[in-house]
Amino acid sequence: MAQILLKNLRKTYDETEAVRGINLDIDHNEFVVLVGPSGCGKTTTLRMIAGLEEITGGEIFIGERLINNVPPRDRDIAMVFQNYALYPHMTVEQNMSFGLRLRKVAKAEIERRVKHAADILNIGELLERRPKQLSGGQRQRVAMGRAIVRNPEAFLFDEPLSNLDAKLRVQMRTEIKKIHQRVQTTVVYVTHDQVEAMTLADRIVVMNHGIIEQVGSPQEMYEAPKTRFVAGFIGSPAMNFVPCRIVERGAALGVRLSGDITLDLSAEQSKRYRGYLDKEMVFGIRPEHITERRQHTNENQLDFGCTVEVLEPMGIDTMVFMDIEGVEVTARAAPKAVSNPGETMMFTIDMNNTHLIDPKTDKVV
Amino acid sequence: MNAMVGETYFRRLVVFYIPLFLFVFAMLFPFAWMLITSIKPDAELYNPRISPFIVREPTLEHWESLFGTTLFIRWAVNTLWVAIASTAVSLFAGVLAGYALSRLVFRGSTMFGIMIFVTYLVPPTLLFIPLTGVVTWMGLQDTTWSLIFTYPTFLVPFCTWLLMGYFQTIPKELEECARIDGATRLQAMSKIVLPLAVPGILSAGIFAFTLSWNEFLYALVFIHSPETKTIPVGVTSELIKGDVFFWGALMAGALFGSVPVAIVYSFFVEHYVSGMTGAVKG
Amino acid sequence: MQTQQTAPEPSLRERLVTALENQRVLGYVLMAPALLLILIFIAYPFVLGVWMSLTDKIVGTSGTFIGLGNYDKLFASDIFLTAAWNTVFFTTIATIFKAVLGMWLAVLLNRKFRFANITRATVLLPFIVPTVLSTLAWLWMFDATFSVFNWTLRWLWQMEIGIFGLVLKENWGFFRGPLWLGDPSLAMASVILVNVWRGLPFFAISFLAGLQTIPPDLYDAADIDGASGWKKFWHVTLPLIKPVAIVVIVFSIVVTFADFQLVYILTRGGPNNETHLLATLAYQLGMGSGNIGQGAAVALFMLPILAFVIIFQLWYLRREGVR
Repeated sequence: MAQILLKNLRKTYDETEAVRGINLDIDHNEFVVLVGPSGCGKTTTLRMIAGLEEITGGEIFIGERLINNVPPRDRDIAMVFQNYALYPHMTVEQNMSFGLRLRKVAKAEIERRVKHAADILNIGELLERRPKQLSGGQRQRVAMGRAIVRNPEAFLFDEPLSNLDAKLRVQMRTEIKKIHQRVQTTVVYVTHDQVEAMTLADRIVVMNHGIIEQVGSPQEMYEAPKTRFVAGFIGSPAMNFVPCRIVERGAALGVRLSGDITLDLSAEQSKRYRGYLDKEMVFGIRPEHITERRQHTNENQLDFGCTVEVLEPMGIDTMVFMDIEGVEVTARAAPKAVSNPGETMMFTIDMNNTHLIDPKTDKVV
Repeated sequence: MNAMVGETYFRRLVVFYIPLFLFVFAMLFPFAWMLITSIKPDAELYNPRISPFIVREPTLEHWESLFGTTLFIRWAVNTLWVAIASTAVSLFAGVLAGYALSRLVFRGSTMFGIMIFVTYLVPPTLLFIPLTGVVTWMGLQDTTWSLIFTYPTFLVPFCTWLLMGYFQTIPKELEECARIDGATRLQAMSKIVLPLAVPGILSAGIFAFTLSWNEFLYALVFIHSPETKTIPVGVTSELIKGDVFFWGALMAGALFGSVPVAIVYSFFVEHYVSGMTGAVKG
Repeated sequence: MQTQQTAPEPSLRERLVTALENQRVLGYVLMAPALLLILIFIAYPFVLGVWMSLTDKIVGTSGTFIGLGNYDKLFASDIFLTAAWNTVFFTTIATIFKAVLGMWLAVLLNRKFRFANITRATVLLPFIVPTVLSTLAWLWMFDATFSVFNWTLRWLWQMEIGIFGLVLKENWGFFRGPLWLGDPSLAMASVILVNVWRGLPFFAISFLAGLQTIPPDLYDAADIDGASGWKKFWHVTLPLIKPVAIVVIVFSIVVTFADFQLVYILTRGGPNNETHLLATLAYQLGMGSGNIGQGAAVALFMLPILAFVIIFQLWYLRREGVR
């Protein structure tokens, strides 16, 4: 299974630049997820890999082969579309075998492969049905079956789960992961849902405005986002961003969020942020790293108090909303430990998991 | 608007049943009149003193003379041949052009689209005089070929326009998926898009068939020999000698000439209507 | 699956397949049949027609260029001016009747009733059968001596005499009914009547298709707001059906404006060339008298108004498209 290489890939429609120079190296059998808000260029990138969109600039390699001018049918890839794109006038079996029949594969071989794929996907009984007679989840499976049968160099997925209801989506997500483990192949998967990206990907590619913001494993993306966009996009509920100022606190530095709240930085952080002293910065922290006051487990945990505005119980945790200098900040606390709205509550914040963003560049420093 | 709650029967009669009956009566009366006339002996037809609504001694003499002594059957065959052939030519050109204009991006496609639309609205009456010259120049005058090649001038724009609209309702992804699956653009068109466009193609074809069956002006102008004429022209020119009208046979011919389109229509009402409304909406 | 390192020289067929993968190439290839037909049988005749209208071509001669001579002659000709006026008058009146009655019929057909489908199918008959053939039936019904309309009128007249016998008895037997096609105004009215009869179903069914796209909850909402039947029609139906109506009306104007068959069958332009339309006059001049140059000029006179209508439609479609 092939490696896919994108070199300075660009796409312009009339005036607008949809993709503005992308470099990406996708490994054999790697599951790569392109994620970003709509209009970020992820689908365009995928369609250029598929050959459905002409390439304005740059190069695409699949394996050793430069495929810029190779028509889609000769790229040896398979694609699963958002609306599944099952051929309505063919049965499931005909849908799955269409590509093989076009390639004049022997009948027995076609049968064998269809059966194999149907087994993997558990759709053996559906082979004689037409797409209209299938449920959403079944259509999804058939669309994947059509890809598996072909045994291509790479699978492309274009938002394949977004037409399913929430429950089925979670189920199919797991299914896709399982299938990838069984059918070892290179996958490029496009979604706008960061949860899908986190759960499925070997590597996530976050895109925004036609460029790549960051590439990395799901854990890296979560722990060490490089830009404000990635920090805000990955993780749910989203990271808090609070405007702040770096101030001197004795020998070390502190982050002043408001007149009342100034958080001390560790010696190591102080050294790192020394250059930003007295600058206006943005302080980023995920809700799960602000909790009700707890026993400290490391020396970089601090306590502070703030007035509770709104509570949102989620069952296992309760989201606590507070207001710091007009900015809404969310904390994630144990349901039993929260105070009522209007009351002051004490929180513990884990300074090891904070990020400081330079608002001029939107980069994490 | 369904039956309104609380509408009295009397009100429904006045605002609904009576007007509807009058409309239907007016729409159908001429056809009833064709039938009555065609089975009435001349003695009754041309007697102004007796009620024309009653047929006293029904007769088939007009029908016999229509089929026996005139070239009517020949005209019917000509009409059928011309209608089928010109519809086939138009569908062929229209399907390809409609597909290209709705699916492919190429320089001038917008301009071609506008051109098709404009020619769609150019009536035959505007061009029949110079077209006679073109037909003569090509040596087609007085043959059915002159009609088979000229009818597409109004059928192709119509078919293209209608099919463009239809192709747009077929998801693009189906084709894209086929192309990734290994199909060329032409294969994606012939194996995926065309089978799915059958209802649209059928609508266009049926409508085109009736249009060419009914065409009059070109057939009147290009064809002179009685044995090459189509029904509309044959009936009007050969069954009327000077100012002598053989009304019985004329009405029999008119009725019979209407039957094939009526049959085609009755089998495909839905397709015909969607073709007709699609023709204007596009 | 495999990478071709040493590509063999592609065969002609392969090269063709590759070329047709390019949508710029394929686009032109697919357009070719339609374009060819249009060029030969529409564009070329159009140019030829313009040229003919500038010559004194008569059947059998090649004609010499006479500039706008034909047009000068036409403007001095009463027959032409009458035909031009008739065409406008005929189109306007017939279209108004078709639109109003068509809307009425569409609203009736849109209700739920038994045999609704078959009724809808039946009323379309006048539109689908060959126009000349149905017009022949009308010609027979308008016959000077044997008109069924006149017989009926006479019969009604008789009935009236039965009731008001004293007053009108003396007139019995003299009443013949109107000469439908013998009097210029009555002949024009008859032609319009037949055109309305033929075109009405097209309007009704197109409007019906438009009516059926109106979501029923709009009427429910109007009901709750207390709107009467007329108010609902005026404030809900009409505005929503306007896009369909405009397209249908424009389309019908083009067809009606260029109508040939009705006048050709019913009056041949008579009596006294009073009921000619541009199309029939063009035919009479170009084909009947063999005066091809003048015939072509008359036919071309349809162009400005058609062009206006077409441009209006293009503009309208584009505006709708943008929305």
